[in-house]
Amino acid sequence: MAGPPLIDIRKLCIGFRGRAGTMLPVLHEIDLTVCRGQSLGLVGESGSGKSTLALAAMGYLKHGLQKLSGEVIHDGADIFARSASELEKIRGGRLGLIPQNSGQALTPTLRIGQQIHEALHLHCALPEGEHEARAIDLLAQVRLPDPQAILRRYPHELSGGQQQRVAIAMALAGEPDALLLDEPTTGLDVTTQAHILELLRDLAAARNMATVYVSHDLGVIARVCDRVQVLYGGETMLTGPTAEVLRDPAHPYARGLLASIPRLSDRTLPRALEGRPPPPGQRRRGCAFAARCGLATETCHAERPPMIAGAGAQNTRCFYPDRVAGMDAGGGGAVPGHGASDGPAALRLADVAVRYDRPGLLARLRRVPRNPATVEGISLHLRRGETLGMVGESGSGKSTILKTIAGLMSPAEGRIALGDGSLLNATVEQRRPDQLRRIQMVFQNPDDSLNPRQTVAEILSQPLRLYFGLRGKALQGRSVELLETVRLGAHYLDRRPGQLSGGEKQRVAVARAFAAGPEIVLCDEITSALDVSVQAAVLELLNDLKGLHGTAFIFVSHDLTIVRALSDRVAVLYQGRLCEIGPTAAVYGAPSHPYTEVLLNAVLEPDPEHTPRLLTEDAADLSPPARGCPFQRRCPVKCGRICEVDAPPWQETGDGHAIRCHIPLADLPRRIAG
Amino acid sequence: MSAATPGLSVRAANVLRDVLARPSGAVGLTLVALHLVIALVSPWIVPFDYKAMNAAMTLAGPSDLHWLGTDHLGRDVLSRVLLGGREALVVTGIATPVAMLWGGLLGVFLGLRGGWTDEILMRLVDAFLALPGILPLLVLITVFGSGGAVLMPTLAFFFGIPVIRVARAAAHEVVARDFISAARARGHRPFDIVRREIMPNVTDTLLVEGAMRWSWMLLGFSALSFLGFGVAPPRPDWGLMVSDARVYMSLAPWGVIAPVIALSTLIIGINLTADALAKTLGLDQGRKAVV
Repeated sequence: MAGPPLIDIRKLCIGFRGRAGTMLPVLHEIDLTVCRGQSLGLVGESGSGKSTLALAAMGYLKHGLQKLSGEVIHDGADIFARSASELEKIRGGRLGLIPQNSGQALTPTLRIGQQIHEALHLHCALPEGEHEARAIDLLAQVRLPDPQAILRRYPHELSGGQQQRVAIAMALAGEPDALLLDEPTTGLDVTTQAHILELLRDLAAARNMATVYVSHDLGVIARVCDRVQVLYGGETMLTGPTAEVLRDPAHPYARGLLASIPRLSDRTLPRALEGRPPPPGQRRRGCAFAARCGLATETCHAERPPMIAGAGAQNTRCFYPDRVAGMDAGGGGAVPGHGASDGPAALRLADVAVRYDRPGLLARLRRVPRNPATVEGISLHLRRGETLGMVGESGSGKSTILKTIAGLMSPAEGRIALGDGSLLNATVEQRRPDQLRRIQMVFQNPDDSLNPRQTVAEILSQPLRLYFGLRGKALQGRSVELLETVRLGAHYLDRRPGQLSGGEKQRVAVARAFAAGPEIVLCDEITSALDVSVQAAVLELLNDLKGLHGTAFIFVSHDLTIVRALSDRVAVLYQGRLCEIGPTAAVYGAPSHPYTEVLLNAVLEPDPEHTPRLLTEDAADLSPPARGCPFQRRCPVKCGRICEVDAPPWQETGDGHAIRCHIPLADLPRRIAG
Repeated sequence: MSAATPGLSVRAANVLRDVLARPSGAVGLTLVALHLVIALVSPWIVPFDYKAMNAAMTLAGPSDLHWLGTDHLGRDVLSRVLLGGREALVVTGIATPVAMLWGGLLGVFLGLRGGWTDEILMRLVDAFLALPGILPLLVLITVFGSGGAVLMPTLAFFFGIPVIRVARAAAHEVVARDFISAARARGHRPFDIVRREIMPNVTDTLLVEGAMRWSWMLLGFSALSFLGFGVAPPRPDWGLMVSDARVYMSLAPWGVIAPVIALSTLIIGINLTADALAKTLGLDQGRKAVV
C-alpha cells in the first residue's frame, strides 16, 4: 500500500569540527523512511538532533555541520550528491518545509500575496496570469477566511495561527509530495494548535503526501502521526506505530518522556525525568541514555545497544526491552498539595483596567471615543497560601495583569490592595520597599530573566542585599539555603546562567523570588520555555514550595493541564475580561463558560484514542468588542443580540464558582453538548 | 563580588588569547605594543637630542649618522619620530577612557530611562554630531588656548558625545530583557540597575567602541597639531612634523613619510585589534560559533 519510500535515510552521520579539531557527531547512524501517505513523528528533547535531521532530509546542513557518512535518498538519488540548481528545484517544490516560527519566516515588509506569488513563480508550472487565482485557491485550502483580503495584508496584520496557515499555503504552492514540519504548532494557543493539526491531517490525506513532524510534544504526535521515531543524543532510540509507543513504549527514555507530560485526565503531577540530555557532539561508550536510565546496568555503560525488536511492531535500542514494561507505570507522580481555601486575603484587585493606547492631545480635544481597554473589570482576591491559576489564549491579558500587580505597568482604573489593606501605588517607583518585597515575580524565560553576566551568587545577592542588607558570611549562608530549597547545591554559586540547563536556570529564578521572603509570587508561564521533561521537575518544585511559609501564588499559563495540576482556584480570561472563576474542580467540571469548554475540548493528550473537539473557529477579530460579551464573536452557543449588547451577568453556582454568561447555568452543559 | 573577580580575570585572559589567535589581532596588538614600548623608552634610546639643530645639515637625506635624514632646522628625524607619539599617546590615553566613561554612563542611563530626558538630550547629541568634528574643537581651543591641560578635557568631551549614542543603543537591547524588569520590580535604584545589570552586558560593545574612539582621537589630536593648535614647538609631534616638513616634501620626503608611517601603523594596529576583539567577543554576528 505504501509503495517505495519517498525519503530514505540510511546510516546518516552528521557532525561538526570541535575546538580540538576532531569531528564530533551530532547525529549518529540514523535510519529513517517515509512513504507516500505516511506520517512520521520525530520526538526528542532539545539538543537531540531532531531539527538537524529534518533539515538534512532536505539536503540542508546548518553552518559548520558536515555530513560524515550515510545517505539521504530522495527520488532515487542521494540528495547530498545533487547539484545546487537541482536542490533549488526540489526544496520548496517537491519537498516542502514548514518552519517553527512562521511569523518570523514570513518577510515582514512584503504583502502575503507577493510572498505566495514568489513561491508560485519558483515552483509552479502555471502561467503567470493564473497565479492570483491559484494563490486564492491555496489560501482557501488552508481554510483562511476571505483569501482575497489576506493577499493584500502584511504578516503583522495576521494572528499567529493565520501566519502558520500562510506558511502552509506557501509550502503547498510547489505541490510537494513530502512535507517537513519543524514544531509546527509550538507557541500557538491550544485551540489554534488543534485547528492547525486537523488542517494538516486533512491536507496530507487529501494530497497523499508524506509528512514528517518534528516535535517535543507527544500530544501533537499522537494526533497526527502513524509512526514515531524517538531521538536521544543524536541516536534513534525507538521506532514504532504511534499507538503502541504511546500505550506501551519499549524504551525507558520514551517511558520517562510520557510520564513527564501533564494530562487533563490525571489528578497527579507528572513525574520528572531526572538528569539532563548529553550535549550535542559528546563522545561516549555505551548507551546514550544510560546515565539517566533506571534500568541501566554495567553493560549499558560499556556497550552501545543494537536496534532490536521490542513489544509489538516497535524497534528499540535497549538491551532489556522486556524489563521496560515492568518499570513503575507512568503518571503517579506527587499528589498536588492544597493551600488554605478560606484563609485571609493576601491580595485584592478591584475593577482593575489597563490600557495600552494613550490618546493624543488632538484626540482628547475632539473627544474621539477611546478603544476598549485591553484589560477591564478584573476583580479578584488571592488568599494566603493559595494558588490561583490564570488561563487564557495569547492576548487574554494574563501577563498584563501580573505586570500590573508587580507595578511594572500602571492600571488605568481600579485598586490593588495587599492583605493588610494597604493600597498599592500604581508603579514600582511609588511603592514602599516593604510592599515591593512582599510581591515577587518569576518570568517566562529564564534566559531572559537572569543576567547572563552575573554568577548565581550575584543573582541571589540582589534581593538579599536590597531587602535585608545581608553581607559576607550571612549572605553566602542564606544563598546556599535558598539553593537547597530549589534542590540545587552550594557548588552552583559560582556558575553563570550559560553554564546551567533550562530547568536549573528556572530554579535559580524561583530561588531569587523566594529570597525576598515574599507573600505573593507571580509566575508568568514559567514552564513554557522548558522541555516537558524539565517542566515536570519545576512543577514538582512549585508544588513543594506551595506549603512553605504560607506564600500565595498566581500561576499564569496557556496550558490547562498544568494549571489544573497546581491550582486551588482558577480564573479563565478572554481578551482581558474574566469569564469564569472558581475552585479548580468546579471550573474544570460542568457547568462551565462556553470559552472554558472550547479550551478544554481543544487540549491534546498523548493518548491515541483522544480526539480534540473543535467547537469554534480559532481566530476572530483581535480587539475586544466595545459592548456585550467579549466572547461573542467566537461563541459556539451565542444566544443572539443580547450577547452583542449587554455585558453578561455573573452567575454563582456556590462555593465561589462564578460564570459570566447570559445562558442560564442549568442550560449551559446541554447547549454546549448539543 | 569576591567570587566574580577570578572569573573576570580568567575571562580577560581567554579573550586576550583568542584575540592573539586571529591574524588581525596578532598583527594589531604587536603594532600597538611596539608603539607603547617605543613611547616608554624613547627618551633613553634616541640617537640625538630632539631640539639639537645643525645648520650645516638641513634637509639631509638618510645617512649612517641620520638614518631618516634631518629636517629644515637640521634636527634628526628619527629621534623626533621616536619621541613624536608620546604626547599624543598620553593625552588620548587619558582622554579616551574619560570619554568612554561619561559617554557610556550617560548613554546607558538614557537608554534605561527613556522619555523626555532621553528625547531632548539625544536631539542635542544629533545637533552636535551634525557639526564637522574639528570645528567645535577649534572654537574651544582658540578660547582657552592649546596645551595638554586644555586638550585632554576638550577631546574627552567631544569624543564622548558619539559614545552616548552607541551606549544607548547597546543598553536598549538589554533594557528590553526581563532581568531588568525583575530588577525594577524589586525596587533597585536606577543607578544600581545601570551599574549591576546593564553595564556588565554593554562593556564588550563599549570596549570595542573605545578602541575605535582611541584611533579617531589620535587622528584628531594629530590634526590639531598639524593645524598648529596641539603640541607647541619645538616639542616633537607627528602632526606638527608633517605640517613643518610638507613645504619641503619634494626636497626631503622622509620628513613627511616617517611621521605618517608612525601614525598610520599605530592607527591600523588599533583598528585591527578592535576588529579581532569584536570577533572574539561575538559582537560580529556574521561569524557565530556552530554549537
